[in-house]
Amino acid sequence: MVSLNQLIAVCLLYVIGLFAVAFAAERAAVRGHGNWLLRSPLVYTLSLSIYCTAWTFYGAVGYAARSGLEFVTIYLGPSIVMIGWWWILRRLVRIGRSHRVTSVADLISSRYGKSNLLAILVTTMAVIGVTPYIALQLQSVTLSLSIFASAENGVVPGADPINSAQAAFWVAVGLTLFTVLFGTRNLNVNERHHGVVIAIAVEAVVKLLALLAVGIFVVWGLAGGIDEALAQIDRSALGHWQVEGGRWVALTLLAAAAFICLPRMFQVLVVENDDERHLQIASWAFPLYLMLMSLFVVPIAVVGLDLLPEGSNPDLFVLSLPLSQGQSNLAMFAFLGGFSSATSMVIVATLALSTMVSNHIVMPIWLAYGQNTVQQSGDVRHVVILSRRLSILLIISLGYFYYRLSGGGGALAAIGTISFGGVAQFLPALLGGIFWRGATRIGAVTGLCVGFALWIFTMLLPSFGPGAALSAATFEQGLFGIAWLRPEALFGVRGLDPTVHAVIWSLSLNTLSFILASLFSFPSPVERLQGAQFVNIFDHSSPARGWTASVAASEDLMIMAQRILGAPEAQAFFRAQARLQEKSEGLPEPTPRFVQALERELAASVGAATAHAMVAQLVGGASVSVQDLLAVADESAQMLEYSSQLEIKSRALTDTAAKLRRANEKLTHLSHQKDSFLSQISHELRTPMTSIRSFSEILRDAKGLNPEEKTRYASIIHSETIRLTRLLDDLLDLSVLENGEVTLNRQSGTLQELLDRAITTAGAAATRSVVIDRDRNSENIQLETDLDRLGQVFINLITNAQKYCGADQPELKIRARLIDGCVEVDMIDNGTGIEPASRDLIFEKFSRVPGQGGEGAGLGLAICREIITRLQGTINYMPDVPGTGFRIRLPQTHSVQETKPKILMDQA
Amino acid sequence: MSKHVVLVEDETNIAEAIRFLLGREGWRVQTLANGATAVEVIRKAVPDLVMLDVMLPGKSGFEILKELRADTAFADLPILMLTARGQSRDRDIAQDAGVSRFMTKPFSNEEMLSAVRDLTASGTADA
Repeated sequence: MVSLNQLIAVCLLYVIGLFAVAFAAERAAVRGHGNWLLRSPLVYTLSLSIYCTAWTFYGAVGYAARSGLEFVTIYLGPSIVMIGWWWILRRLVRIGRSHRVTSVADLISSRYGKSNLLAILVTTMAVIGVTPYIALQLQSVTLSLSIFASAENGVVPGADPINSAQAAFWVAVGLTLFTVLFGTRNLNVNERHHGVVIAIAVEAVVKLLALLAVGIFVVWGLAGGIDEALAQIDRSALGHWQVEGGRWVALTLLAAAAFICLPRMFQVLVVENDDERHLQIASWAFPLYLMLMSLFVVPIAVVGLDLLPEGSNPDLFVLSLPLSQGQSNLAMFAFLGGFSSATSMVIVATLALSTMVSNHIVMPIWLAYGQNTVQQSGDVRHVVILSRRLSILLIISLGYFYYRLSGGGGALAAIGTISFGGVAQFLPALLGGIFWRGATRIGAVTGLCVGFALWIFTMLLPSFGPGAALSAATFEQGLFGIAWLRPEALFGVRGLDPTVHAVIWSLSLNTLSFILASLFSFPSPVERLQGAQFVNIFDHSSPARGWTASVAASEDLMIMAQRILGAPEAQAFFRAQARLQEKSEGLPEPTPRFVQALERELAASVGAATAHAMVAQLVGGASVSVQDLLAVADESAQMLEYSSQLEIKSRALTDTAAKLRRANEKLTHLSHQKDSFLSQISHELRTPMTSIRSFSEILRDAKGLNPEEKTRYASIIHSETIRLTRLLDDLLDLSVLENGEVTLNRQSGTLQELLDRAITTAGAAATRSVVIDRDRNSENIQLETDLDRLGQVFINLITNAQKYCGADQPELKIRARLIDGCVEVDMIDNGTGIEPASRDLIFEKFSRVPGQGGEGAGLGLAICREIITRLQGTINYMPDVPGTGFRIRLPQTHSVQETKPKILMDQA
Repeated sequence: MSKHVVLVEDETNIAEAIRFLLGREGWRVQTLANGATAVEVIRKAVPDLVMLDVMLPGKSGFEILKELRADTAFADLPILMLTARGQSRDRDIAQDAGVSRFMTKPFSNEEMLSAVRDLTASGTADA
């Protein structure tokens, strides 16, 4: 015999094994290994077996024992849905993938304009609806434990061998821990749960093998072969159960609806789907699995009814049959199968529900009350995980309390049917949302509320039994004593099976009010857009579009706006709009005001008519498709592109024209400069030549000149020739300097010696003397530069002072200093200085200061400037000193690199 | 009475040469190196001939010419311009301003003297 402790140990080992599988799968997924398995249609199909819970494992036999072949309906519904995958599931999966839908609540809220109200409504309903289902799992695990306990202790079946409330509590705690560890271990909130999926696949195999093993044991071990078993079935009452058409249709419909709407089914069907093609394979593989699961249900039920004592719980035949035959190992295997069914269901269901609760209830509230911390991503993730864990706790607690309230004695199948009834209420809104563009948010809300209220009143509350949630009087006389409000005979319709009654009323009134409210309400623009996208999913979306469902609507507008306005402008506009709506981040909510502002913004780019047509489509629903709108947007973007290209070209042409104009001005200016230069040269050459010619003719022709006159005239000719020669020398010098052809001759010496030589040279040629004021100590600076050229500059400046200083006692002050490796020499005379107007011109060629006479050609300072530039220095007029002052500044050491030739035209 | 010429020329050597040449012809030569006072001096002196350089410190020869011609008293005064800038543009400006004769430097002495003779001869003929 297997002891309870052994059983628990085996369970723990099994769980640890599952953990290992899940962990390995997640590791492999992260590394990208084993995709052939992780993303295979086989795993996808097996993960769908999450549909088969403890209800299927244990309850189906009980169902068969109680109601005959009717149990088939809960397999039939899903099989029909799977086989007909092309119509509904393919659409759902495509929508789910292209809109990155995270749950059934997300899908419905997203379809109806991202309505938070709907999301909360669906989430709440799902939590309430699934609660009995979780209770069912708790009950089955508790029951199976009690069977083992009674077998161990030899207690008569039927009595309570263990404290079931306590056992259920610990099972709930275990399942909570298990789910938290499994589902919220890693922080990847939006990723798919590869580990969970693979663990579910393993559990699917375990429960199938366990059930098959029991079935084989029963058929071949107990009944004595297929023929015997069939004969036994024929003999039993089960073979003669009447098939009630109404119940069959209602239950099949219910199972089909639940298969689509159950949060955990939606999770594995849509959210965890890796490849739409898997659906195609699952469409035949999953019904096959269901068939295998149901293969031995009837034989087990029949043999169980036959062999086991009267009063045995038929829900536990799968366990009690092997136990009663002393097959403890088989019983253990069967127990593991049931445990697998229960745990996998609870894990996925609570995961799916906790995602919904945290995404649609906790996070919006948390974000609304804690805006300031939203930017810190770590914080949000922490909150998400925490809220999910708390949600798991809440959901399993609800299940536990339901189990306690309902007394834990109901048939598993009956409890399951209640859950099915609850989640099936999503069906009208779901199917309407993906097939009917006219469906509106108000319609969905109305339908859901009506259906759910009816479900609570006709299925959930009565399930606690008369006198528990609803008083016996209510059952008898109706709510508030109104006869047609009796929970099992609404509107006075009697004689219907309670389940059929509840399903028919809740679903039909749900659908009716959904359609009516949709017809009489007006959808918001976003609903229109979303509706078009969901209904025409195959026209508008590729399988993997990078959208997040939560902001899909605004995203859409954004994409359109970007195509028309250009990305930065559109983003700036959306940001500004978001600020207007006082949203601290993300896209603005698509309020009518925002849409109107967007229309205005678009009108500026594409014209009012087009913009209005586009927005009218969003608001008023013309027959233009979103694709058409996007095409228009693309065309406009192209036109804008062309026009901006033209603009760029015309700007380029204007630029070129301006450049040419500048170049022309420059050339004209240069041409004038050349003319005036030639004119200057002509003047400077002709002037001395006039004297030379005149006096030489006088000397030649004039008679009776005295010797003094002859000598005088000859010396004039002589000095004018020298003047000419000097002029030519200067011109050549300047030309060489300006063209950069000069070779600098680096020498070393002190500034003092250089000034000595310059003063001597200048003084020798001077017509009048100038007092030179020097500070010889400060001149003791070592120079490494072309000293001859620098000396030429000094001589020029000293000579200028000698020639042009207007003072009666001309004086020239020379001061030198060394600053940061730069020699600075000031030469300041005590004259009247140069008029401000002329200061800019003095360094130009042939510029002579007006009113100062003299025979110079006006090249001296021009040459000085060229030389100093070659020596990498500067020469400037000193405006702030009395008299005429020049400041020369040049590096103490001339660096080796050759200075570039002066380029006359800086820009062509 | 010897004939009177006012010579406005800032180049001392050229002025000396002209003074020598005209002096030998019997002219009384009054030399000015600055253009600024030239018009004033000429008004006072009322010479038989004016010789003008173009590039002068103070005031250019063209300006002096225009001012003199603007005065009816000097409308017929023979004015000989000498310039070292040989462009035709300068000649045109001078013609427009009413110059009597325009000569480019360097000139031959004989050429200059004959120009002076021509100008004064016609002047005397008129008088």
